[in-house]
Amino acid sequence: MKIFVPGDSAAKALGADDVADALAREAAARGLDVQLVRNGTRGMVWLEPLVEVDTPEGRIGYGNVTPDQVPDLLDGKLNGLGRVEDIDWFARQTRLTFARCGLINPLDMDDYGAHGGLVGLRRALGMTKAQIVQEVIDSGLRGRGGAGFPTGIKWKTVAEAEAPQKYIVCNADEGDSGTFADRMIIEGDPFQLIEGMAIAGLGVGATRGYVYLRSEYPDAIHILTQAVKIARQRGLLGADVLGSGRAFDMEVRTGAGAYVCGEETSLLNSLEGKRGTVRAKPPLPALQGFLGQPTVVNNVISLTTIPVIFERGAKHYADFGLGRSRGTVTLQIAGNVKRGGLFETAFGLTLGEVVNDIGGGTASGRPVKAVQVGGPLGAYMHIDQFHTPMGYEEFDSQGGLIGHAGLVVFDDTVDMLRMARFAMEFCAVESCGKCTPCRIGAVRGVETIDRIAQGDPDAIPLLTDLCETMKDGSLCALGGFTPFPVMSALRNFPDDFATFKEAAE
Amino acid sequence: MHSHAPAPTEEEIRGVVAPLASLEGPLLPMLHALQETWGFVPQAAVPVLADILNLGRAEVHGVISFYHDFRDHPAGRHVLKICRAEACQSMGANALAESTLQKLGIGWHGTTSNGALTVEPVYCLGMCACAPAAMVDGKVVGRVDDARMDRILAEVGA
Repeated sequence: MKIFVPGDSAAKALGADDVADALAREAAARGLDVQLVRNGTRGMVWLEPLVEVDTPEGRIGYGNVTPDQVPDLLDGKLNGLGRVEDIDWFARQTRLTFARCGLINPLDMDDYGAHGGLVGLRRALGMTKAQIVQEVIDSGLRGRGGAGFPTGIKWKTVAEAEAPQKYIVCNADEGDSGTFADRMIIEGDPFQLIEGMAIAGLGVGATRGYVYLRSEYPDAIHILTQAVKIARQRGLLGADVLGSGRAFDMEVRTGAGAYVCGEETSLLNSLEGKRGTVRAKPPLPALQGFLGQPTVVNNVISLTTIPVIFERGAKHYADFGLGRSRGTVTLQIAGNVKRGGLFETAFGLTLGEVVNDIGGGTASGRPVKAVQVGGPLGAYMHIDQFHTPMGYEEFDSQGGLIGHAGLVVFDDTVDMLRMARFAMEFCAVESCGKCTPCRIGAVRGVETIDRIAQGDPDAIPLLTDLCETMKDGSLCALGGFTPFPVMSALRNFPDDFATFKEAAE
Repeated sequence: MHSHAPAPTEEEIRGVVAPLASLEGPLLPMLHALQETWGFVPQAAVPVLADILNLGRAEVHGVISFYHDFRDHPAGRHVLKICRAEACQSMGANALAESTLQKLGIGWHGTTSNGALTVEPVYCLGMCACAPAAMVDGKVVGRVDDARMDRILAEVGA
């Protein structure tokens, strides 16, 4: 009997290890031949630990399993959810990038190969550099890290640059609250990232790669480090990638707790062993990146989507989506929400559908008040904006951004002035200090919001002006985008900024 | 466990960092290795790193002090990180952190008087769909309420 208990860290945070231990113990006591697989998560965090039992009818799921339910599970007395693929929340998705996540044993390369793994890389090995880059351009893939820059154009710049050494750097410094897609895919399907980086290396002529992975993700670091070792032993990485005679190898590097290192130029400085301060652009990292050499810096989800594009073809991928947002978006539904998790779907669902229909509203059962989309630098959306479709341009027109596609739901107990203050406070703590609008502006922002809280009406135009300065004058998105949560809170929830003033009058 | 160990010698420090010298951009891996070995980055490592990497001591110090992860003194026997980011706040992380710190009688970055536990803030553990979250010595815990927190504190002897 084959039983799957996720080894994903969110599942573990909800007790999956205890369930796995109980299963192993109980099976041994009964003399049952149970093969226990620690798969990744299917993304339904609300059902974790989600145990799956392999049967002739398919993989049958059991949600929120506790260790004391294990005897019943083995007796067949526990109520199941039916086939996992048929669970409505799962069945409604279009899983391209996350197709294997939760399905396979993350560290079994044969399992990976049996489910479509390495097909993309083998195809890329038969293509020229220019053809590889063109395939990515044709797919319409835009950087999933937040900025949404066309991935193929970035690759083209690096491919055409002349240099003795080029690099592929994967940005796995997923520091945005509400996002966990990078962590999930690394823990659930690490070979897909390795394959994507190898294809990127072939496409631009880079033989070395680095994954900059945040220290807050010890499980992901552990799994990816093991996967890289296995990939090297099996000839996926090294001097002779899959026997092609072409070289690509990579290393995992651990971050050190600085949020700003998710910004690509400060990430490069950090990787070089410097303070993680932001670099002015130009020069673009594509031309002068890691150690001054041409470097592709791509987010985990961008790179893990690459094998899918090469396996199924650019057109297949581009056929999904909305407007200039092609392919799928990996929505991460989080915060105060009933059914939270990762939901991969074509661009185009509205915000309201995601929060109410898929997410099921708040976990607390109270009304939704605000949804922050795109991490700590994303806008707080009001329920009046729930008609907005999930798309880069569509969110932009609403004064928001999609970012890394994390959504944090808040119920009506949230105080938006406090959240605006937190955004400024966070920016002050995490500012790299290089540019004045961010370094000083964030501190002044906290003070100005405190003045508003104390009922000073003159502080509101001052805050607005300060946000303009930060937006226009900051070197990177930390100072430049902190005004998104602050101003959206002020604009969309003015009542929270007026209470004390009215009380004083 | 680390707090009563004698200060590391230059030779011991070199033994930890020298094998990493051939990496591209070796300083962060070296600092992680030092902290892994001693639980903090010893002051005595600064001149050694400066020498090996041909950097000024001020530059090395500047890098160490830039990153939240690196400590200049030992932490308690256990480290509890409580997430303060937005998704956890939406599920009551502020109240949880406040009551935890109050119970322990310490502030952020403080260590309990018996040396059992240091509490640090963290901004996102990627547990945003099972908030509020915390991490005890590298092990993540989700949907932490007061009862679960009390169990954690009891387990680490705080």
